[in-house]
Amino acid sequence: MHKRVTFRHPLLPYLLVLPQLAITFVFFLWPASQALYYSVLRQDPFGLKTKFVGLQNFERLFSDPTYLNSFDVTIVFSLSVTLSGMALGLLFAVMADRVVKGAATYKTLLIWPYAVAPAVAGVLWWFLFNPTIGILAYALRSLGYDWNHAVSGTDALILVIVASTWKQVSYNFLFFLAGLQAIPKSLIEAAAIDGAGPARRFWTIVFPLLSPTTFFLLVVNMVYAFFETFGVVHATTSGGPGQATTILVYKVFNDGFIGLNLGSSAAQSVILMVIVISLTMIQFRFIERRVQY
Amino acid sequence: MAEICMRGVRKRYGDTQVIHGIDVEIADGEFIVIVGPSGCGKSTLLRMVAGLETITEGEISIGGRVVNQLEPKERDIAMVFQNYALYPHMSVFDNMAYGLKIARTPKDEIRARVEEAAKLLELGGLLERKPRQLSGGQRQRVAMGRAIVRKPAVFLFDEPLSNLDAKLRVQMRLEIKQLQRKLGTTSLYVTHDQIEAMTLADRLVVMNQGRAEQIDTPMAVYSDPATTFVAGFIGSPAMNFLAGTVEADGHGLFLGGDARISDKGSDLSGLAGRAVTLGVRPEHLLAVGESEAEIRLGVELVETLGADTLAHGRPVGAAGTPLGDAALGGEAPGLITVRLPGLAPVREGERLPLRMAEGELHLFDPDSGRRIADV
Repeated sequence: MHKRVTFRHPLLPYLLVLPQLAITFVFFLWPASQALYYSVLRQDPFGLKTKFVGLQNFERLFSDPTYLNSFDVTIVFSLSVTLSGMALGLLFAVMADRVVKGAATYKTLLIWPYAVAPAVAGVLWWFLFNPTIGILAYALRSLGYDWNHAVSGTDALILVIVASTWKQVSYNFLFFLAGLQAIPKSLIEAAAIDGAGPARRFWTIVFPLLSPTTFFLLVVNMVYAFFETFGVVHATTSGGPGQATTILVYKVFNDGFIGLNLGSSAAQSVILMVIVISLTMIQFRFIERRVQY
Repeated sequence: MAEICMRGVRKRYGDTQVIHGIDVEIADGEFIVIVGPSGCGKSTLLRMVAGLETITEGEISIGGRVVNQLEPKERDIAMVFQNYALYPHMSVFDNMAYGLKIARTPKDEIRARVEEAAKLLELGGLLERKPRQLSGGQRQRVAMGRAIVRKPAVFLFDEPLSNLDAKLRVQMRLEIKQLQRKLGTTSLYVTHDQIEAMTLADRLVVMNQGRAEQIDTPMAVYSDPATTFVAGFIGSPAMNFLAGTVEADGHGLFLGGDARISDKGSDLSGLAGRAVTLGVRPEHLLAVGESEAEIRLGVELVETLGADTLAHGRPVGAAGTPLGDAALGGEAPGLITVRLPGLAPVREGERLPLRMAEGELHLFDPDSGRRIADV
């Protein structure tokens, strides 16, 4: 049902949406248009000369092996963060949903990591995995694995994945828990009477009913993995060793603000923008249709 | 097909006891309705039979097998929930077939059984629909279909009609009754609606505060209520209660002022001088001429229902003076209700002379509320 609101003054509705529009303009439309503008320019390192180069920045990027490598890294990284973060969040939520005693404490503790800043989360895990002083690196060594994220690209990638996932599990946990609690208990009871065991109830009733939450989290987690994990990478591996942990958003920063190649950096952020917009559109168009029941 | 037997069934949540020992034997094929006000423990009792709540003390057996420690799926029961609990992401067919699929029933048999149930419940054209595309009554039928395809030994109903509108409720009530007759499956039905209880039940279990106040056929519960609670709960409008004293000679009751209930032929000499609560149903208060009157009603409100007329008021003396607190209440505290046949010419403010029908009065102990005698 659509409810139509009538305003006494014709300007009032515009006034009410103005703050939101202003925020969208200042923090999205303006910078995005600046990025678009810079992506077709080339500037010398001192900012003295600027010239229009058309799509040359983009052409160079797609023939640059380090940029293509960054693509691969980003795909591995964001899939790992999204999938493991959501799987763990769901697992914890299912367990928390069953806990009766001390549920509040359990939930609070699970939510805490979300309050930790990405850079701090990164440093924390960096310490735990530190080859010289880290307790986890020590434990791994006693198991026969010589962990060193300063040398091994795989180790470094695992480190940033673990740190980024750890931070996001809380968020996923919270939404999955809310989703679980919104499922009427009688449905689970009906399934139990119909003869379904706990595992079967989960996969045939609970999981399908959680699909709107899962879908929402999929979008949010992809965006998180693409953008917000910058702090984690920056504080721990700085994209190294080599280019092993240089995800796209880190490369935007690195090329633009360290390498001072503004044109290439802007072109990269435009590509990133296009990727996220299209991913979100694909998710909404093709996946959301299936999750409605 | 199975009988159900409950022995000393109790339920405690921590220190709070909600069910205080229920004993009932239910025969194979019997339709038992558990009725009581909200919070009386009736749903808890049903859920204990279903295996959704643990049994703190006592024993429940289904078909001669003690089920206390069995999972719901091992009890051979099916349950219809108040909110239907249909799986929203599955079609009607899949909803009904869910239990059969889990039981690894062959595909063609699943189809045959679901279609048979759908035919029985007139759901034929709706098998591919999702629950959200169905009306309340259709959802209710799907929930019943899901229960019957599994051919369980026992049906459990947890207030299945309370989410339906009044007209549909009556229709579904009849359908449930017919269905149960046709299938002959032992059924346990929980409701707070006393009309549902009266019409559906072979026998009623009237519950109050975790106790079974009376277990008997609907008519026996209606005509011989065991306690004031049962008397007031079953029957609409509710039974009227009046405070009285049995006269010293054991012939008649004194209600205060000039109100006296004459001897109806029963011997009350054993109760001489004792204070009692007198219960009389609204239809057993007969309008009579002034000379025959036992009590008089100062009519305060008249409700015309078409088939009959309800007059509410307080008892008054012959002169119209109020009779103190003789009236303990019926429909409302302190008020007495009279049901008069048809469109009775009674007006508000009028004084209505009444006589109590013979053999239809109930005497209860004022303290325990237990039944003492019939008059």
